Amino acid sequence: MRTPWKALFAGTAFAIAGFATTLSAADKTVKVGVLHSLSGTMAISETSLRDVLLFTFDEINAAGGIKVGGDTYKIEPVVVDGASNWPLFAEKAKQLLEQDKVAVTFGCWTSVSRKSVLPVFEKNNGLLFYPVQYEGEEESQNVFYTAEAVNQQATPAVDYYLAEGKKKFYLLGSDYVYPQTTNLVLLEYLLSKGVPLENIGGGFRKDGAGKIISAGKYTPFGHTDYQQIVAEIKQFAASGDACVISTLNGDTNVPFFKEYAASGLTAETCPVVSFSISEDEFRGLPADKLVGQLGCWTYFQSLNTPANKKFVGAFKKWLSTSTVPGIVKDGRVTCSPMVLSYDGVYLWKEAVEKAGTFAVDGVRTSLKSGLSFAGPGGTVTTQPNMHLTKNVYIGETKADGQFKILKSFEGVYGEPWLKGKFKAAAK
Amino acid sequence: MSRVAAFFSARRNPRSISRGELFAVGILAVLVVLILPFANQQGWISNFSINLWGKYLCYALLAISVDLLWGYTGLLSLGQALFFSLGGYMIGMHLMRRIGDLGQYHKPIPDFLVFLGWTDLPAFWRPFDSFPFALAVMLVLPALLAWIFGYLAFRSRIKGVYFSILTQALTYGAALMFFRNDLLMGGNNGFTDFKFILGFDVRDATTQRGLFVVTALTLLVVYLACRWLNGTKFGLVQQAVRDGENRALFSGYATAHFKLFVFIVSAIIASIGGALYVPQVGIINPSEMTPEKSLEAVVWVAVGGRGTLLGPVIGAVAVNALKSWATRAIPDLWILLMGGLFIVVVLFLPGGIVSVPAKCRAWFAARRRQSTDAEASAPAVAVAKTES
Repeated sequence: MRTPWKALFAGTAFAIAGFATTLSAADKTVKVGVLHSLSGTMAISETSLRDVLLFTFDEINAAGGIKVGGDTYKIEPVVVDGASNWPLFAEKAKQLLEQDKVAVTFGCWTSVSRKSVLPVFEKNNGLLFYPVQYEGEEESQNVFYTAEAVNQQATPAVDYYLAEGKKKFYLLGSDYVYPQTTNLVLLEYLLSKGVPLENIGGGFRKDGAGKIISAGKYTPFGHTDYQQIVAEIKQFAASGDACVISTLNGDTNVPFFKEYAASGLTAETCPVVSFSISEDEFRGLPADKLVGQLGCWTYFQSLNTPANKKFVGAFKKWLSTSTVPGIVKDGRVTCSPMVLSYDGVYLWKEAVEKAGTFAVDGVRTSLKSGLSFAGPGGTVTTQPNMHLTKNVYIGETKADGQFKILKSFEGVYGEPWLKGKFKAAAK
Repeated sequence: MSRVAAFFSARRNPRSISRGELFAVGILAVLVVLILPFANQQGWISNFSINLWGKYLCYALLAISVDLLWGYTGLLSLGQALFFSLGGYMIGMHLMRRIGDLGQYHKPIPDFLVFLGWTDLPAFWRPFDSFPFALAVMLVLPALLAWIFGYLAFRSRIKGVYFSILTQALTYGAALMFFRNDLLMGGNNGFTDFKFILGFDVRDATTQRGLFVVTALTLLVVYLACRWLNGTKFGLVQQAVRDGENRALFSGYATAHFKLFVFIVSAIIASIGGALYVPQVGIINPSEMTPEKSLEAVVWVAVGGRGTLLGPVIGAVAVNALKSWATRAIPDLWILLMGGLFIVVVLFLPGGIVSVPAKCRAWFAARRRQSTDAEASAPAVAVAKTES
């Protein structure tokens, strides 16, 4: 008897092929990269962004996914850990783009991680959504900056202070590129608003020709001794019309604000506005030391809008049922970088659906065409320079680590190139 | 002079390299230097993988430099990351100059200098336009630093844990210095966005393959040179210093000089590793010189097998390959996996990965002995039974 091997083989092949086609018809997926530090020094901040991204993907998938050319695609996240290690960020970016062939990547927090992956995204013509306040001076065609530009955080804060009648400004920051740039822009901005040079504190560094090349006081990462600096601020603020603009980053804020409170300075005598402390940072910082001090972001959890309430509620509900290993479920809050990540995913979805393709060139074109999304922080609109128009809010820190909103600026245009912009006005 | 020559000429140690190791190294060399690049050219191995392997081999050079000190001379240096980064920075300076005006600001000087308000190139940057100069400084600067630091440390008879602490402080201090923008070395962001090396596009697949082959050959040469060094009388004195420094000292050997020499050699090896690392990875910044990075290298050496030269190479590649895989496959749990692995190695495999074959052989030998023992004792049991 002849064994019907051939028939059997053909039958199996047909079955497999049939199974494969039904699978792909039912579940078309698109791979999306998530590139954040889940371990190391930045994990405390960046893990929250991973969480909110996974939540957003689930929300979109539950609502039917992404519709492209008559097909529906579910988002398949590819999560990798950059481990607060900048060369590893470049490696992981390369892996996402070349091996996994993701359509888009959401990720990075620090400027150095963005700088590390930038050549990889440009070389492979990938697309990165970057959600954290940054220094500007960059406009890559392969990065969409949902992040706050300096004029969406620092200059509105100065406007607020000026309206409050403040005359003297002390600039303080951690020594890296974001504070350095922000303070140089602020110096130009303050001068253009008629604030004299002697009313700007923190010191200046000049080059040989006498041109100011650095403004403000800088301390290294992890600095703990703020006695001298606080004494200097106290002297500076003796006139009663001074304020501090702080770009201090991370845990150095703890010794600074402790020393600040100990010296007798308060939010009434000399307020501090910080650009790097959001609700999420208060999970690790003592909020009671900062009561009354200011924050400036394009979103606060305390925003009293239906869109925000829906977002916060849905995120907390998602958290309670999440099965991601090691995810923190208690005491979670929402903050600006998280919302800008959330907005980014929806804007990308909108851009893909408008372009009718996942191809980066098409998506970029539709991103540049001015798409809008009604996010938790208000409506955001994409700009031709790959940045985002959004609302800016000034908030006052409360003892529970939330902010009371004092003032809002509607629809501020994101402008990355600010150095030298305010000079003409000064003359 | 002839006394010095005598140290390096006489092969007194016949067991310097076993036939098994020679065989393993030969196979690995052919695989890495010839087969991998060829497979990449044919498209069987992706550009991503070959680039990743290039990075591992640079780490292997760093691991060898640690092993030369720790495994063979008993000096646990936690400052090797500094020499590695210095090598990277020196080549990085040249690569920054090769960007030309293709940076964000389209100025003829590096972006971060434009950002800091400079309009002309600072004087100390100028010679780095030349590749040979950068190469020379890459070799000389770490050697000089190691010489000064080592001279002071060894002359003061600093050893053991104090040497580890001092080297750790050295690299930490250097990292803090490089974090400062005033140093004009790029501050926190360091150097990135390289475009060209020796006229080739550094991001090009062919260039990356070339860099990989250069790295593999360098590693092979460094490995053979270290093997040779260990086989000489110098190598024996080196190990005598490790096993009983006072005895070596009383036997009339100026141990401080020996240690200084090894320290300088290992600094140069680490620096070469860093110089090859930067064009392949595309970034160098001060977080590469933090003490954690040196500790990581020590872990690779321990996992691979301390004092074996081949072990550290295997350890560096294995640990980093595992890290690359795990940060993608299990991003939430990979750190636990790695930690668990290190504990297992320390507890159950103190000789590292390279000791596995010997361990297996010993285990089989013990089993065989046990079974023959059991056969031998079996009749006795039978006799005992009949007696009862």
